[in-house]
Amino acid sequence: MLYIFCPHCGLRSQNEFAYGGDATVKRPELNKEISDKDWDNFVYLRKSPRGKHLELWHHISGCRQWIKVERDTSTHEIFKTYKADELTE
Amino acid sequence: MQKYSVFSLIKNAFSDHQNWEVAWKDPTPKKEYDVIIIGGGGHGLATAYYLAKEHNITNVAIIEKGWIGGGNVGRNTTIIRSNYMHDDNALFSEFGMDLWRKMSQDLNYNVMFSPRGIINLAHSDAQMNAYSRRGNSMRLNGIDAVLLNREEVQKRIPMADFSDNVRFPIFGGLMQPSAGTARHDAVAWGYARQADSMGVDIIQNCEVTGFDVTNGKIIGVRTSRGDIKAKKVGLCVAGSTNILAEMLNMTLPIETHLLQACVSEPVKPLLDHVVTFGAGHFYCSQSDKGEMVMGGDLDGYNSYSQRGNLPTLQHVLTEGIAMFPFLSKLKMLRTWGGIMDMSMDGSPIIDKTHIDGLYLNCGWCYGGFKATPASGWTFAHTIAQDRVHELNAGYSLNRFNTGDLIDEKGLGTKTWIS
Repeated sequence: MLYIFCPHCGLRSQNEFAYGGDATVKRPELNKEISDKDWDNFVYLRKSPRGKHLELWHHISGCRQWIKVERDTSTHEIFKTYKADELTE
Repeated sequence: MQKYSVFSLIKNAFSDHQNWEVAWKDPTPKKEYDVIIIGGGGHGLATAYYLAKEHNITNVAIIEKGWIGGGNVGRNTTIIRSNYMHDDNALFSEFGMDLWRKMSQDLNYNVMFSPRGIINLAHSDAQMNAYSRRGNSMRLNGIDAVLLNREEVQKRIPMADFSDNVRFPIFGGLMQPSAGTARHDAVAWGYARQADSMGVDIIQNCEVTGFDVTNGKIIGVRTSRGDIKAKKVGLCVAGSTNILAEMLNMTLPIETHLLQACVSEPVKPLLDHVVTFGAGHFYCSQSDKGEMVMGGDLDGYNSYSQRGNLPTLQHVLTEGIAMFPFLSKLKMLRTWGGIMDMSMDGSPIIDKTHIDGLYLNCGWCYGGFKATPASGWTFAHTIAQDRVHELNAGYSLNRFNTGDLIDEKGLGTKTWIS
């Protein structure tokens, strides 16, 4: 069982969350002209690293907020969690 | 190579089975090979075997970071089927079914192929319609498919829940009678033994640490046991694909996820077929030892750990009990996990890459085991001829740019959304 610290609710079990994938993938800017290739890469390509991974989780059975979780994909250790709008440089 | 037969068995019985030849050697890596296959799993071993057998290329090495057959070929639920609707998947898998039928004779190794049939249960009229459509598509591609009604399903699997007040009543099912199971380890060992006998070097405990690429052409592989030169390199590393891709500065339409399976304690024979639940993701068959072999959903988040987490197992077995209530009485014997190369459309990739001499075989999601012979056969063709075969032409890497996705179920990496 993973225990994820929701920045809004506190420590909760993984059963309350839904996974949302890689949080470092950036959607191309709205209404900006981009190539088909750039769009395909945004939709399909993922680094899927072994080790530290910043990812989105949805606290679907809790506060229903999206959060960011920094987790190790080989040990499942969770280092830190953030609100969805944090870390957007 | 010593041929396995009843005569060799009797002969060796007289010497207390102490004089069997080793099934494959343990060579030290040479300086250079024509082809290096990275990954000593089912697909890698099959590729090396077909390179030698079909294309006469025997100066080949298989490089494996652990031991052969220790990855997903040793961790699957042994199901073999070709019940696909889309042409690319159907024709490829049915070609593989043919190789499965001949495999024990071909490899002189008993892979215990057991064509016991697979039944996909339907729990609504809409699902029956969808199965009828899929069955018809299969038959158009020459694959056997039978649509069963409720009574016909009940005759075959009377232990399923046919009572009145169930959440997901069984309306019927789609059966592929020629589908079945095989002994997964034997597949790896059979391919390894034959490949070795034809001159392929199987190099275990040898981890790839980098690649040598010059002017857009692959010239060698760096490993924990030294640098090895190669004219061509094929990647068959399933869940580790992204790790090697990173060394090559490639980003792929692949995410690595964790899938669990489990077996119960052994019981007397009661389940003749492979059966899948239609209202969730659960499947079950009975091994020759009597264990119920079960599997279902991915754990649902990127993972490279080859062990699972209990919430998913609980979820999967809840579905299992909804289908087969007797499962609740059984004790669990063993659970395990493997890491899957989940592609974005749920279909595999067997293709050349932008690097000359580098070939890619990945994206098998959780359907890799049944594809072992066809994957090895077509990948060997792609490497030897430097062009894809028509059977794997649809499994191209650039389909994610051209839009020619093979969305068999339209799930990709987020299979739990269904």
